[in-house]
Amino acid sequence: MGNANGENRTGGNRYDAIVIGGGHNGLTTAAYLAKGGEAQGKNKLKVLVLERYHKVGGAAMSEEIYPGFTYSTCSYVCSLLRPEIIRFLDLPRHGLQVIPYEINSSPNPEGEGIVTYSDHDRTRESLRRHSIKDAEAYDHYAAEISRQCRFIKPLLMVTPPDPTQINPFAQNKINPWGKRTDLEGLLKIAAEFGRMGEKQMYEIIRFWTMSIGDFLDEYFETPRWKGFAAASSIIGTALGPYSPGTAYVLLHHYMGEVDGQIGAWGFARGGMGAVSKAIASAATEAGVEIRTNAEVDKVIVRNGKCVGVALRNGEEIYARTVVSNADPKRTYLKLIEKSDLDAIDPDIHAYATNFKIRGSSGKLNIALDGLPQFAGLPKESAWGTVDIGGDFDYIERAFDDYKYGSWSKRPFLDIVIPTTVDPTMTPPGKHFMSVFVQYVPYKLAEQPWSPEMKAAFEKDVLDTIEMNAPGFKKLILHCQTRTPWDIENEVGLTEGNIFQGELTLDQMLFNRPFPGLGQYRGPFDGFYMCGSGTHPGGGVMGAPGANAAREMLKDFKHGVV
Amino acid sequence: MAGQTHSKGYDVIVIGAGHNGLVTAAYLARAGQKVLVLEAGDQPGGTAQTREFAPGFRVSAVAHILQALHPKVIGDLDLERHGLKPHANRIGTSALLPGGGRIDITDDPVATHDSIAKFSAADAAAWHPRMERLNRIAGALGTFLTKTPPSPSPSANDFQTRLALGMFALQLRLMGKKDMLELSRILTINVADLANDFFESDVVKGLLGFEATLGVYLGPRSPNTVFNLLYRLATLSPKHGLGGLHLPQGGMGGVIAALVKAAEARGVTIRTQAPVDHILIERERAVGVVLANGEEIRAPIIASSADPQRTLLKMVQPGNLDTEFLRRMRHLRMNGCVAKVHLALDALPGALAQAQGRMVVAPSTNHVERAFDCAKYGRVSDHPALEIVIPTLADPTLAPKGKHVASILYQYAPYKLRATTPDEARAQVLDRTLATLEEVAPGTRHAVTASEVLVPHDLESRFNLSGGQWHHGEVTLDQVFFLRPAASFQQYRMPLPGLWLCGAGAHPGGNVSGAAGANAAREIIKDLKQGHANRGAA
Repeated sequence: MGNANGENRTGGNRYDAIVIGGGHNGLTTAAYLAKGGEAQGKNKLKVLVLERYHKVGGAAMSEEIYPGFTYSTCSYVCSLLRPEIIRFLDLPRHGLQVIPYEINSSPNPEGEGIVTYSDHDRTRESLRRHSIKDAEAYDHYAAEISRQCRFIKPLLMVTPPDPTQINPFAQNKINPWGKRTDLEGLLKIAAEFGRMGEKQMYEIIRFWTMSIGDFLDEYFETPRWKGFAAASSIIGTALGPYSPGTAYVLLHHYMGEVDGQIGAWGFARGGMGAVSKAIASAATEAGVEIRTNAEVDKVIVRNGKCVGVALRNGEEIYARTVVSNADPKRTYLKLIEKSDLDAIDPDIHAYATNFKIRGSSGKLNIALDGLPQFAGLPKESAWGTVDIGGDFDYIERAFDDYKYGSWSKRPFLDIVIPTTVDPTMTPPGKHFMSVFVQYVPYKLAEQPWSPEMKAAFEKDVLDTIEMNAPGFKKLILHCQTRTPWDIENEVGLTEGNIFQGELTLDQMLFNRPFPGLGQYRGPFDGFYMCGSGTHPGGGVMGAPGANAAREMLKDFKHGVV
Repeated sequence: MAGQTHSKGYDVIVIGAGHNGLVTAAYLARAGQKVLVLEAGDQPGGTAQTREFAPGFRVSAVAHILQALHPKVIGDLDLERHGLKPHANRIGTSALLPGGGRIDITDDPVATHDSIAKFSAADAAAWHPRMERLNRIAGALGTFLTKTPPSPSPSANDFQTRLALGMFALQLRLMGKKDMLELSRILTINVADLANDFFESDVVKGLLGFEATLGVYLGPRSPNTVFNLLYRLATLSPKHGLGGLHLPQGGMGGVIAALVKAAEARGVTIRTQAPVDHILIERERAVGVVLANGEEIRAPIIASSADPQRTLLKMVQPGNLDTEFLRRMRHLRMNGCVAKVHLALDALPGALAQAQGRMVVAPSTNHVERAFDCAKYGRVSDHPALEIVIPTLADPTLAPKGKHVASILYQYAPYKLRATTPDEARAQVLDRTLATLEEVAPGTRHAVTASEVLVPHDLESRFNLSGGQWHHGEVTLDQVFFLRPAASFQQYRMPLPGLWLCGAGAHPGGNVSGAAGANAAREIIKDLKQGHANRGAA
């Protein structure tokens, strides 16, 4: 680290790295950098995190909106946070506790609902009540999904190799080793791929390009069960169950684990803010400086090199490197001057403009006076996720509304009541309910989001819940409703897209965020990206943050920055 | 007749005298094989035949525009000597708007520019560079049309396949890095997004959305539709197709006539009205076929140009193939979603006469998407997207003097209908076609003297197309290349030794290109040379 002749490492700058945005990925990058990438904490870099809000966390945030009730305001369940990161940053010591839940269900106002458990055999038994054929097929289905997960998981924590192999931006000398690294990476993936055998390779290629609807049709017959099983494939996307490419999104939600149990999900004690808080605590302990209420206005680029940032209040802070946790559109279209980009390559601005980041989901955070009872479900279903939906048609129709610029009149809802297992978030006997609403457009076709429109949207959601949980409305003490438009304005996610960019094949691996910039390095020397807009994408995973830090440390080590 | 055995000593039996079956037969005969082609219908051609639909009015049965016929096939089989004029009657495309107004896409860049400029100056300027880039990328992909798809596991490929793979990689490299990156960006996206990235006017975007979804059960907002667009553009390149759209002389049957001549000149026997009932299997090998009348014909090689479901689920009796493979065959996506409408016209309305030879009604991507929404729920589109050609403009002999034929594709009319019978669907298609035509070409309704509608059910029953899917399985990313018709069976060899697939259900899929037939013949000849004519798939 540092120059061989022992000059001041920071080269006159106060910081080695500035992190724009204190979301979970930004904090992870900061903590990894400050620890110098090594557990012993040798060669610490001096790192500053700048957060525009008054507290860190971004979309992984707990806040008291209604007196006595802690809301997980945006993200609401935990699973994807990589175990490597939990271990490396020793997050349990910093207060992180994830409580797994065992049950997922979907109510049915007209009959028996669907119930699945984290225990495979119990799920099969439960499915048997709907269809013996489906129960039998569930074994094959589960085996296929875990095979697919086994291939994808090792890819999460690596920098995606670029098959064009050489950095396409010829002027960019940031990574003279790019070629070697990529070849290694490609070989590693090829080896992973090769271990599967020909048949498995085909399955993977096919799986990545097909729709979840087609995939489930091959296994199951019960329409409601198929609609339920497809849920994970459409959450957060602007796609319907029969849109090709959705099968992959299922994996994205399946590859999580809690305490080593693959596919398990859990609640963070104290709400999702507890995750950010633990990472922030680990970062601070490693020497990271965190400034809140510090909104970055511009990234300062001089002679094709990134040298620091300018804050909204005019203050300029210089550093050897800058890494942005903001989404790709915000970063490249708002924080960076177009002229700076064009001087390197005019295509980058076009890539940023064309980057797909449609918000498709809203959120209702509800304080409840008691626990609702869902139709057709056992009482303990409230201990896990409750999905309100129906068959594929239900979801496709919900999607149709969205396509033409309206929220779903009968939306698909992913509901959790974390207070069933974590009573610390509300007064005794009361509950906090998180309602994830799919699909909600960022822009309405006819008019802007007005308070009236928002109220109409809220009513459609509450009515849908009431239909599936009679008596629910009477329990409501307070309801906070957020549209993608609100999420953009409050959290800073462009168009309110929860993944910082749609998780479609064209925006994954070496193409995330943009073709040619898929390896966390930006077009300028000393500029990096570390948010969910980079590989491997969204969810409270931390992998983009850790991967970005690894690439930055490589550049520090080689004296490139 | 039952049990009667012919022993004329055929080397190869080709099932189906569609264009691919004929191409395979001609190539094999050229290589010295004694070939018999068995056709279920009363004339060769399958979906590419020309037939009379009203007294004195003839039309191309299904496929009505010639674009994809591969130059290699034309050359190898000497089709021009056998009467084919592949480059005659080149046409452009007009996108018609309700209430009048249109853009014309032709070979003349200036005229094309000016016609788009009436709607958007930006789009007019963007059209050529954008489309040229897409064409370039599609052209690089197109090199694989005439190659056998490799196995993804490199060691499983023979030298020839590796060489082809190498050439393909080279083609991609030659595009330059920028185009490679663009390809990786656009390959899996939806065409509505691509259209938005490239253009601003609804009419241009709608046209692009239509081109990318024609013949697949997907809407413009469905991912992977840009792949379809590239697939189509690849065959429009002079390297991989005819370099443009053509209305063949004598209808599509003109192509078939040349193929029949080419095949027969090399000694191929073609028997019509000889439907194959099942494939004869002995000691786990395909050894011949049994016709519907019980006649048994034997040959060491059986090449089927019928679609994969028909070949493997119907002609191969149960118990001869493993269940995993059968499951894959049953789940091929073959939801045909295009109806064919034929109109006999006693006059040609002005709007149809003035436009370019191929007319598209798809005024916006949302229009096409809404049409698809209907199909999603098993209904015929309320407001369809149409492709219209007037074959009589190129070949007046197809109708009585002074009269015309309109040949129309209606998207979407799904095979999988719910709460609608095929009869109702047929009536709806005709009604809505005429209503739509009336909007873009007033007066059409009154000029119609006879009509015929073929919904996917009809395409299935008349032309033996499972699901009414004219590509023998949708050409989408999860069903192309080494996944066509199924993984591990992409090299034309079916899992029954001696049985080959040589139709559009195999790589590279649909359109009247002959590439699948030519590729299959090459693989068969390869095996023959190595002396194991009966080798099945691995």
